[in-house]
Amino acid sequence: MSNVSEKPVMLVTGSRKGIGRYLCEYYLQKGYLVEGCSRGVSDLKDPNYNHHEVDVADERAVRLMVADITKRHGRIDVVLNNAAIASMNHILLTPAKSADRMLSVNVTGTMLVCRDAAKVMIRRKYGRIVNFTTIVAPIALAGEAIYAASKSAVVTFTRILAFELGQWGITCNSFGATPIMTDMIKGVPQDKIDAVVNNLAIKRLGTNFDCANVCDFFISPSSDNITGQVIYLGGVT
Amino acid sequence: MIERTAALNIVYASLQEVFAQTGMDAPAALTEDTVLVGKDAVLDSLGVVSLIVEVEQRVEGEHGASVTLANDKAMSQRNSPFRTVGVLTDHVVAMVAEVSAA
Repeated sequence: MSNVSEKPVMLVTGSRKGIGRYLCEYYLQKGYLVEGCSRGVSDLKDPNYNHHEVDVADERAVRLMVADITKRHGRIDVVLNNAAIASMNHILLTPAKSADRMLSVNVTGTMLVCRDAAKVMIRRKYGRIVNFTTIVAPIALAGEAIYAASKSAVVTFTRILAFELGQWGITCNSFGATPIMTDMIKGVPQDKIDAVVNNLAIKRLGTNFDCANVCDFFISPSSDNITGQVIYLGGVT
Repeated sequence: MIERTAALNIVYASLQEVFAQTGMDAPAALTEDTVLVGKDAVLDSLGVVSLIVEVEQRVEGEHGASVTLANDKAMSQRNSPFRTVGVLTDHVVAMVAEVSAA
């Protein structure tokens, strides 16, 4: 069996840019050993950061990534499943291939990372999994049918995962952010973003720190009785 | 690659670990014919899940091979590759050979 790192180990998917990148830097500062993954190369340089060029929808690649992390660290304490793709189209203009790819990355990818990381978490009977969803699912935002459906699936998946993994001390929760100015929404018209924000209880865009704040709560060792939950920003339920 | 005897020892050790962790009653003797799935099984369904994860971890830890025993091929077979200790052992040997060849 491999040596076990003294510091807690976190896996962040979709870590190359946007929220994932922010969370990597945030938790590096908090003393985590951070393992990130994305389809592309990362320019994040830190002695406690290691990057994997992995498509989370690739079963074999995910298995080998988790095996590599386990070999070097002997543990995975936290998974932040942030990787996702969106293609904002009216359903009448959405090709099947686009839908398949979104479901593959957002749902199957999340499942694969949870499955293989949980197998490692079981050893220490401890784990924290946070799967990222979005407010566009509960607010039923026109133009995002497949993306929202995939994220609804993530919420349901996570609720059931909580029951399947609870016996091993692993908590599983979902987090849905309001719009945050990242590459994912750069193509969305401003008036559409404004309309979403104006319907929130807290009428502002989300921030990266909003995400970290919710993650802090979910991954705290004290949150061992918080599982199967979903928290949305901005007053969305 | 993994020798069959080594794979069998991993399955036995994993079974003992699962019995210890779950508090389930272990049979007086474990043999290759010990039933793991279905009627007369020594484990419940959750015990089988724990056993498969334990075997995967031991194979990886002791032989450096990262295998997924519950893969598409395994789950679509008419006869479960987890039904007895002996059958599971053969499955482990086959899966390790498959990833070694990849």
